[in-house]
Amino acid sequence: MREIHVDAIIAAVRDLCIRANTELGEDVLDAFRKALEREESPAGKDILKRLIQNAEIARTEGVPMCQDTGFAVIFVDMGQDVRIVGGGLREAVEEGVRQGYRDGYLRKSICHPFTRQNTGDNTPAILHLDIRPGDHFRITAAPKGGGSENMSRVTMLTPAVGVQGVKDFVVQRVKESGPNPCPPTIVGVGIGGTFETAALLAKKALLRPLGSLNPDPELAALEADWLEAVNSLGIGPQGLGGRITSLAVHIEMMPCHIASLPVAVNIQCHAARHKETEL
Amino acid sequence: MHDAVRLTTPLSREDVEKLRIGDRVLLSGIIYTARDAAHKRLVELLEAGESLPFDLEGQVIYYVGPSPAKPGRPIGAAGPTTSYRMDAYAPELIRQGLRGMIGKGARNDAVKAAMKEHKAVYFAAIGGAGALMAQSILSAEVIAYPELGPEAVRRLKVKDLPVIVANDCHGGDLYEEGVRKYARTA
Repeated sequence: MREIHVDAIIAAVRDLCIRANTELGEDVLDAFRKALEREESPAGKDILKRLIQNAEIARTEGVPMCQDTGFAVIFVDMGQDVRIVGGGLREAVEEGVRQGYRDGYLRKSICHPFTRQNTGDNTPAILHLDIRPGDHFRITAAPKGGGSENMSRVTMLTPAVGVQGVKDFVVQRVKESGPNPCPPTIVGVGIGGTFETAALLAKKALLRPLGSLNPDPELAALEADWLEAVNSLGIGPQGLGGRITSLAVHIEMMPCHIASLPVAVNIQCHAARHKETEL
Repeated sequence: MHDAVRLTTPLSREDVEKLRIGDRVLLSGIIYTARDAAHKRLVELLEAGESLPFDLEGQVIYYVGPSPAKPGRPIGAAGPTTSYRMDAYAPELIRQGLRGMIGKGARNDAVKAAMKEHKAVYFAAIGGAGALMAQSILSAEVIAYPELGPEAVRRLKVKDLPVIVANDCHGGDLYEEGVRKYARTA
């Protein structure tokens, strides 16, 4: 039995929250550069250049790339041979978020749904836990901004609509979102499972590195086709018109009930933040 | 693209009338921050016939909830939030003299009509470029509702804040025209 002390988890979560918000991934920067080559709109090109500049400022000065430093969504993938000592896992994650948002000068954006009273420390965090054989302990912090989350949707389609029906829903969602989710976006699509797993699949799809191919060739082909459809909408960077509305479409799929076809679209703004570490 | 227009607040009716959608503007002077919660309070004050924490005449409101400032800095990251959430409140503020708004995303018909009637402009800033935008902010001071935290009303002194005219006072809408220009029909 491998033991991990909660202090190590707290420190890791704190560090990941800060780094995710200040250091944009190389995969996203590469996607900006490639988009810049393909964008035709002058305003769109100007925006893409400024986004690259913005990421550089954030990294060198240690300031968040975006003022919306998000809801702290934390994924923990742990082996069943790991024993956590010194306290509770959930409490450790909350404390790591609390410290990260305090020490990193990150914005506290979490409030009571009705009174809108701010919780003051960006907790609670959202914790997704996956336990499998082994003694690994992997933490991913994926802070999620409100603007793009607001444009996301889950729906239960009629199975008869098939692939075309799912594609139509995805493209329509991007179209209706227009400039609001801060394009160029990444479109996470979750297909199958139940109502809530479709949404979780869509969120997990956003964690896949940009530029990577879906391991399932059929889904890889759908991703390319749907990306082309999305980029034909003309929404462009910041919705001011252009070729690059989205940098990628990522699909995660699992079997569903014979009566159902659950589909979730989780839209990610260009500040596609996530950082991982192994303990 | 032609050169950016330099404008200093407060903005006059004439300043705004000259602007057309797609114009790049570098904005300097004093601007005020307000987002959802502050807008609700401002409009409630107007409805109660009370005075606002700042005079709206010729002013510009920036829809932003900045991240906390690191020591020695005026402000943290400070990019725009999505504007449609302020659509319910904006027409009343425009009627009271508000001349400009900075945010991201399209506005509804009521806001666009008020802008046309009372000569106001809506600027788009680059959403998600909060670190970059902060470099144009020289100072920040909370002037109302400190209990709202990131949503408090701040007076910002800005120098060459980069924005684009998204809606002009002549009915132009860059979100509609830009997308029309680049859309490919399936």
